[in-house]
Amino acid sequence: MSPEPTPSQTVGPFFHDALLDRDRSELVSPDHPEAMKIEGAVYDGAGEVVPDAMVEIWQANRAGRYNHPADDREDLSFDESFLGFGRSGTDAGGRFSFLTVKPGRVPGPHGQLQAPHVMVSVFARGLLKRLVTRIYFPDEEEANAVDPVLSSIEDQELRRTLIARDERGALRFDIHLQGDKQTAFFEF
Amino acid sequence: MAQRKGEEAAGYRRKDDPPYLYPGYVATRLRAPNKPLIILPRTLSDITGPVYGRGAVGELDDDLTRQHSGEPLGERIIVRGRVLDGDGRPVRNSLVEIWQANAAGRYTHEGDRHPAPLDPNFSGAGRCLTDGEGRYRFVTVKPGAYPWKNHDNAWRPAHIHFSLFGPAFRSRLITQMYFPGDPLFEYDPIYQSVRDEKARQRMISTFDLETTQPEWALGYRFDIVLEGRDATPMENHR
Repeated sequence: MSPEPTPSQTVGPFFHDALLDRDRSELVSPDHPEAMKIEGAVYDGAGEVVPDAMVEIWQANRAGRYNHPADDREDLSFDESFLGFGRSGTDAGGRFSFLTVKPGRVPGPHGQLQAPHVMVSVFARGLLKRLVTRIYFPDEEEANAVDPVLSSIEDQELRRTLIARDERGALRFDIHLQGDKQTAFFEF
Repeated sequence: MAQRKGEEAAGYRRKDDPPYLYPGYVATRLRAPNKPLIILPRTLSDITGPVYGRGAVGELDDDLTRQHSGEPLGERIIVRGRVLDGDGRPVRNSLVEIWQANAAGRYTHEGDRHPAPLDPNFSGAGRCLTDGEGRYRFVTVKPGAYPWKNHDNAWRPAHIHFSLFGPAFRSRLITQMYFPGDPLFEYDPIYQSVRDEKARQRMISTFDLETTQPEWALGYRFDIVLEGRDATPMENHR
């Protein structure tokens, strides 16, 4: 018989020493030629910033390959040092940021390719389980238009929340936990 | 709902997790999403996940009683268990991160205003990797209960926070381990937010005489199961 899963509980307000004891927000070195900043802020349903959240990202490398044994596409270039994982706490202004590279396209359902995207988990006091969303890229209009996940979202407003915007050379991706501007979240 | 397409993910949802909105836990009221969640088809993006933690674990990280010059005050305990996937297989070489209050119920965190003493010999953060059988083990002190401002006379039952990765993005879990017989369970909205009684009990460690070491420390066992049972087996994970 399969064992039953352990339920999720909130990360609470006091995780910083354990989970953010070192900076894991830079997935690549600042002098990487393709380095790209992703930044944003987390807001609650009243529009107030959330200063005690933690955002984690998971992504493929430039070639669209994940640094994980389940991704065995050996024809794609691979760099062991690019883990594809990052963690950022939010500051007093609710802000988080990552330095990374834009991921390549990865396979989706039924042999379709997915548009480049970054997987995101949000943890915070008041979140009894993580929220999961995705960051898509504004310069990928064609790929975004046929992306199987994006196109499954019929509410255009909600769909648009997943596409970051260019802002002064960085990508801006705000996360609204609740309300009219709520970010699209996935069932997990 | 239009959003509920994604046929491949059907049946995945972790049914025993708490809801996002649980009004008794006041902080959920402005942080729970209010639009329907979108079903995500299972793809390489979430059946992979960070292979993370090797090199991040220091020698004494699994012993929270030896991170300072002296020993912390409190009841010394050993917490051990196994991390399993939804099919009961061990999750090997995977990072486990924990954090907790000290024996007086106080976190070292600057945001903790509970007027209980800090312990200069206790920081309350630990980490380790599971072994080849999915086992982990920490030495620490039993955390105290502490008050919080959720409602009048609100106290959290003693708990240790656990953060786990498992083999994939899908299996990421943050939870809390409780201690058996805590009288605060029935008053705690965070514990009670898990609606199924049997599921709640899976967050409670068991006292274990076998783990207990004579003249030294009490032992508790806490096994953790990641992912739901509908998880697609991953053939390639290490």
